[in-house]
Amino acid sequence: MGELVTEKHVKYILATEKRKDDFESVVMEHLRMSGAYWGLTTLDLMGKLEAVDVNEVVSWVTSCQHESGGFSGNIGHDPHILYTLSAVQVLALFNKLDIIDVDKVTKYIVSLQNEDGSFSGDIWGEVDTRFSYIALCCLSILHRLDKINVEKAVKYILSCKNMDGGFGCTPGGESHAGQIFCCVGALAITGSLDLIDKDLLGWWLCERQVKSGGLNGRPEKLPDVCYSWWVLSSLIMIDRVHWINKEKLTKFILNCQDMENGGISDRPEDAVDIFHTYFGVAGLSLLEYPGVKPIDPAYALPVDVVNRIFFNK
Amino acid sequence: MGPGSDEEHHRVQLSQRPEWSDVTPVPQDDGPNPVVPIAYTQEFTEVMDYFRAVYLADERSPRALSLTAEAIEFNPGNYTVWHFRRLVLESLSADLHSELDFLERISEGKSKNYQIWHHRRWVAEKLGPESANTEHEFTKKILSIDAKHYHAWSHRQWVLQALGGWECELNYCSELLEEDIFNNSAWNQRYFVITRSPMLGGLEAMRESEVLYTVEAILAHPENESSWRYLRGLYRGEAALWVNDPQISVVCLKILRSKRNYVFALSTLLDLLCHGLQANQDFREAVDALKTSDLDKHDTDLARTVCSILERIDPLRANYWNWRKCMLPQQ
Repeated sequence: MGELVTEKHVKYILATEKRKDDFESVVMEHLRMSGAYWGLTTLDLMGKLEAVDVNEVVSWVTSCQHESGGFSGNIGHDPHILYTLSAVQVLALFNKLDIIDVDKVTKYIVSLQNEDGSFSGDIWGEVDTRFSYIALCCLSILHRLDKINVEKAVKYILSCKNMDGGFGCTPGGESHAGQIFCCVGALAITGSLDLIDKDLLGWWLCERQVKSGGLNGRPEKLPDVCYSWWVLSSLIMIDRVHWINKEKLTKFILNCQDMENGGISDRPEDAVDIFHTYFGVAGLSLLEYPGVKPIDPAYALPVDVVNRIFFNK
Repeated sequence: MGPGSDEEHHRVQLSQRPEWSDVTPVPQDDGPNPVVPIAYTQEFTEVMDYFRAVYLADERSPRALSLTAEAIEFNPGNYTVWHFRRLVLESLSADLHSELDFLERISEGKSKNYQIWHHRRWVAEKLGPESANTEHEFTKKILSIDAKHYHAWSHRQWVLQALGGWECELNYCSELLEEDIFNNSAWNQRYFVITRSPMLGGLEAMRESEVLYTVEAILAHPENESSWRYLRGLYRGEAALWVNDPQISVVCLKILRSKRNYVFALSTLLDLLCHGLQANQDFREAVDALKTSDLDKHDTDLARTVCSILERIDPLRANYWNWRKCMLPQQ
């Protein structure tokens, strides 16, 4: 079994910048802000953030902020709550949160809360518990959580709780590890974890581990490295991570690496991408893999970055 | 790759098309030093350069509409193009039935895309209850290819609640479960229907028939996580009723006696015991017969024995079963 080929992953992430004529990359153009978050956070977790030019990043991120206060996925795109969080997270990595107009960002997010406490992704009104997490996470980082109706936000999230203890995208939506991470993260950030049945949810989450050691996102689905993050961070937030077999999961993630060219894929032998590279390394961080910095399970940022946000203010 | 992939298509570059001759394309601005520069193909570059021109000019014309279609075909994830398309559709008061046809066409092989589903919902909402049938048929089509498609199920739930069509939903769930009894999404939808359908009377009214249905499913495949969870869910908030329903403990006993695929039967028995089930000798004998050789033959506490067996036969979750054992009241 291999080990974490850190240098190769760093090369892979940095090489993504230099790659030309790659149609795969074409479809990522509009979500470059999230791509930057995944790549840069992974670099930071491996202690290699200095390989990137801070000023270039910051100037590009700044140019993605709109009048409304929201950030877009790239220059020339419309603002969306997804990229607003990614932008704030990227700036947090570089300790550059002071360059944005916090009141404007706050106003943007506040405008996206609906009557029932849910959040829309943007002015077009798509509702999903992912956006609840994003709103709460973002405002929490900016120390502006008090500007939205937290009680209603929590109430809406709880309305998405299912009889198996999990959470879906909307009330009645199937429990899914990704949505569960969002709901548990949101409840963690708002200090409302006591409203979860931790034992029931913990059992649902640990049942995601399959024979290969990997984790799936729902019963009878295939394992995928990204669930190493969503299931694992959820388990950690509810203090139940010891209910899975950590050793087997570690082996599974390491087997998803491209040992030659760097990068991590969704499952062994598949093609790698930045998204799964981030989730694989973040998962290893939660598993306390040597050489990887600790990551905060709720904010999905390195612990030292989160400490800086909340304890150095 | 590229538009119109299903037809013999000789694509003409935009710069060669007379109807676009008055427009100056606007290149992508990645900033002075792109952080994650993306490599482009020529055709895509051209379409996006022209899109940027109409987007910045806010040109809400028929040619802008067809241009957004081309851009979407290249990259259906580009949410800005979808936004602009909606603005154009609104400004042109376009026929939204054709929009559904457009969506149908581009959804082929691209169904794992939030933007397509959101756009579809926007269109259906504008068309109102008359589109309920189309939406049911569309999601059915997607689900026939991928019966666990998360977006399709989410859309279907929205359609039911916003536009109606509950009548056949329970039957539809049964059909899907007949094709694949392990389909967790179908079980979830079943629960959605019995708890929320305005035509069925609610969970309590449906409980009896649903217990029968679920028990049958469990007996056919006792290793099916979804069916066991569904059974428990039928008694949501009614633990006493659940413990006292003999069908629950009987199905556990049957499976334990079969000595095959009994992990969930054991965990359910454990839950029942923790909720006060008074287990008789039948259970003790059935569980004893499953004891692995390393276990203490003289440990007479049934719940403890169940936990010990689970630790052995479900080793991935040994820590969980050990915790369950520790949480049992001390004898």
